[in-house]
Amino acid sequence: MSDDELIWRIAGGSGDGIDSTSQNFAKALMRSGLDVFTHRHYPSRIRGGHTYVEIRAAGHEVQSRGDGYNFLLSLGDSFARNPQEEAYYGNEEIKPLSENLDDLREGGIIVYDEGLISEEDVADLDLEERAEENNWHVFPMDLRGLAKEHGREVMRNTAGVGVTAALLDMELDHIEDLMSDAMSGDVLESNLEILHEAYETTKAEYEFEHDLRAPEGSHETEQALLSGSNAIAYGAIDGGCRFISGYPMTPWTDVFTILTQNFPDIGGVSEQVEDEIAAAALAVGASHAGVKAMSGSSGGGFALMSEPLGLAEMTETPLVLVESMRAGPSTGMPTKPEQGDLEFVLYTSQGDSSRVVFAPGNIEEAYEQTRLAFDIAWEYQIPTIIIYDQKLSGENTNVDVEFFDREPEPGLGATLTEEELKEAAHDASGKFERFGYDDNEKNVSKRSLPGQKGGRYLATGNEHSPVGHISEDPDNRVYQMTRRIEKLDSIREELDEERPSNQTYFGEEDAEYGIITWGSSQGAVVEAVQRLNESGHSVKGLSVSDMMPFAEQEVTEFLESVDEAMVVEMNATAQFRGLIQKELGRFGDKMTSLLKYNGNPFEPAEIVEGYEVNLADEDREPTAQVRIEPAAGD
Amino acid sequence: MSAFNAIGEEREIDRDEFTPGVEPQPTWCPGCGDFGVLKSLKQALPEVGKTPEEVLTVTGIGCSGKLNSYLDTYGFHTIHGRSLPVARAAKLANPELEVIAAGGDGDGYGIGGNHWIHTARENHDITYIVFNNEIFGLTKGQTSPTSPKGHKSKTQPSGSAKTPLRPLSMSLNAGASYIARTAAVNPNQAKEIIAEAIEHDGFAHVDFLTQCPTWNKDARQYVPYIDVQESDDYDFDVTDRREAAEMMYETEDVLNEGTVLTGRYYVDEDRPSYQEEKRAVGELPDQPVAERYFDDDAEWERSYDLLDRHT
Ligand SMILES: Cc1ncc(C[n+]2csc(CCOP(=O)(O)OP(=O)(O)O)c2C)c(N)n1
Ligand code: SF4
Repeated sequence: MSDDELIWRIAGGSGDGIDSTSQNFAKALMRSGLDVFTHRHYPSRIRGGHTYVEIRAAGHEVQSRGDGYNFLLSLGDSFARNPQEEAYYGNEEIKPLSENLDDLREGGIIVYDEGLISEEDVADLDLEERAEENNWHVFPMDLRGLAKEHGREVMRNTAGVGVTAALLDMELDHIEDLMSDAMSGDVLESNLEILHEAYETTKAEYEFEHDLRAPEGSHETEQALLSGSNAIAYGAIDGGCRFISGYPMTPWTDVFTILTQNFPDIGGVSEQVEDEIAAAALAVGASHAGVKAMSGSSGGGFALMSEPLGLAEMTETPLVLVESMRAGPSTGMPTKPEQGDLEFVLYTSQGDSSRVVFAPGNIEEAYEQTRLAFDIAWEYQIPTIIIYDQKLSGENTNVDVEFFDREPEPGLGATLTEEELKEAAHDASGKFERFGYDDNEKNVSKRSLPGQKGGRYLATGNEHSPVGHISEDPDNRVYQMTRRIEKLDSIREELDEERPSNQTYFGEEDAEYGIITWGSSQGAVVEAVQRLNESGHSVKGLSVSDMMPFAEQEVTEFLESVDEAMVVEMNATAQFRGLIQKELGRFGDKMTSLLKYNGNPFEPAEIVEGYEVNLADEDREPTAQVRIEPAAGD
Repeated sequence: MSAFNAIGEEREIDRDEFTPGVEPQPTWCPGCGDFGVLKSLKQALPEVGKTPEEVLTVTGIGCSGKLNSYLDTYGFHTIHGRSLPVARAAKLANPELEVIAAGGDGDGYGIGGNHWIHTARENHDITYIVFNNEIFGLTKGQTSPTSPKGHKSKTQPSGSAKTPLRPLSMSLNAGASYIARTAAVNPNQAKEIIAEAIEHDGFAHVDFLTQCPTWNKDARQYVPYIDVQESDDYDFDVTDRREAAEMMYETEDVLNEGTVLTGRYYVDEDRPSYQEEKRAVGELPDQPVAERYFDDDAEWERSYDLLDRHT
């Protein structure tokens, strides 16, 4: 646990403006030269209910939430009150304070809003005693009163930021700049007044005995603060996507919204439709007609998409779907992350499936692999799925702006022009042999688009002849089926030979022990591996993104190179470990699992502990929320 | 290159162009009403001046779904009930395509019911032909949403307890701007109506009565079909919503009793199509999106240009 980091937690009721406040504060920290990482915890409720956002900021790279945190700004849940100022849901107002104390580190700071959190309630918490025990520094401030005096009650968030800045000895300039970007007129003026008043009052009223200060850092290049959803949306735009259809479902809605908002300016089309079956079917229709199209959902909605997904496979219609996992089964925990849909995404839909599945592990990978997904889908006429989760979707990190400075790739892949169609094979009646026997480089037979001269054919979800007529001819069936399935081999070959690896390696190359993970658990594992090596262990890590076609070669080499390995994932049934065993047919006795499925993502310390219990054979029980699955024979 | 837009070519279009020269021969049963739809489409398409390449027919599953296997346009034979969402998107992607969706009563009014209501509500500029044989044909004669009450089938052996759906009224209430009913046994009217539906800007729903002699022995292929527009007894204004609604109501009541009325029930030329409305609010570009991919001069914005708000 490094000391030179600030982990600031702002807590309140959802709907109290915690999101925008924390977003701005994170940006201010980023602009001051720090690396930042945000983690959002929220209940499935629009207003009220305890929620918090954590910002981890340091002068070095941060890729995950930390272990606990060291600064609590507790606002009080204003939606726990009704307009008559009476408590709405019992004692909820105090929750932003009471619910957050367990994870606060020793020596941490607490600022709470006296204006909302009553003295008697605080007395019930034994706050004084606990503060003494943990060396916490407690600052009760009337943030609400201060905000009311200079503007409106809701501006108490700003007062809280002012107090934070004072206590951490930060300059206000970046915060002011961001405020002027976001607002204007009276609102801006009141907010600035509140910010300064809070800042000055704090400085005047208190002597700071704590030594937590904002860390220092600097960036060499310009940074942007982006979420995984932004990265996926931008990867899609650069991949040439100009059609999206969807039906809202948390957390997929973010990608849907970002693209919808950008499309009018860049000439794309977005459709919110009646359900997810329609959403995916529209993407199939748009792609068939010649636009790079995308759709997506979260588990429950993706379940409905399995029909059109199969249709896209059978008709060889290129398409990108995104699946933003949340905790299941069924509606599960709508606002909590889990990596529980891997098997579902790999195998859903009838028949022998031929689809590509990528699981990006961080923001850069999300952008990169979404671009790649479009490229592969159109080059190979196959649906490609990006599987990620609520965590990656919502977490914000700073990324070098230059990272995005690349040419877009709008090409339609294996699609013929009218000129090329003239040369292509046709049957006796002039129908284009779109699924022909001749032209199938890399198992792909190039397609035409409706409207093109000389390209008429029938696309059908039934098995079909070269021109698309329904066919149950056994020879044709074997030919078409084999070709569709073997596309995955061609794609694997291309990914191995022509593209940079989608897998991420970290730790010490010649280490004895390995930790394997996938998707958004990557960040916490990277940090855990780093800590383990610093404390004298010999560990290396691999984060796998290529789920189908599977990164067979790379995972084999990794597993062969270590004595034992632990597979870390956020689900209860070790789905990824199962995939490795299924794909490689061995290593069952070399792998143990560290599983977490309580709705909260891994903290690095839990992985360190898991390693110690699992691989270093320390004789102790792991934390209650984590499950260990021992190795099994092949 | 000019990949799209075969439109504009001046020449006579022959209905034979819409007939595949080689296999497959239709697998429909002798006497099936589906032949009537195929025939009227083949007659109507040249009449509205479409070449086979400008037309995309999108079908669902069922005997009706085979329509585009026997029609030489671009075709997409989709999955059960999903022809409409696929068709809608194709039209949004390339508004220059003539998009015709088709399916059965089970396919369109049953499993695809949700899509039907919303496509009508939004008034997408596509034509939708429903082969209404009041039965599931391909799966061997089960009761469909339009089967009469009391209809006996293997899945409703004691006679269906369900009141049949009123497709015309449903479409009107949902918002379709062109609604007609025709029948395979009225070939001249059918051709005219299909041509009109194709030319209509907006969602044109044609409930096409197709007899299924194999499974629906009670089919009323021999009862008199009266063209409402031709008969003085049924004088009403097809552009008036209320009058149309009343006519539909009466007709849909007697449909199962003997006389069958066909013809145009509702025509609203004023309601803009969804495509127009979407373009008006700035959500649909003027140039077909699909064309941009072949336009060498097209500018492709980069995500890099969008980063300002994140820095
Ligand atoms: C998802 C799904 N459910 C069921 C079926 C089986 N199925 C095929 S056709 C059909 C009924 C078609 O009835 P209708 O739409 O009235 O068409 P018809 O055959 O009478 O033309 C059914 C239930 C299927 N193919 N897919
Ligand atoms: S089963 Fe009925 S609907 Fe199907 S082809 Fe035969 S007659 Fe036509």
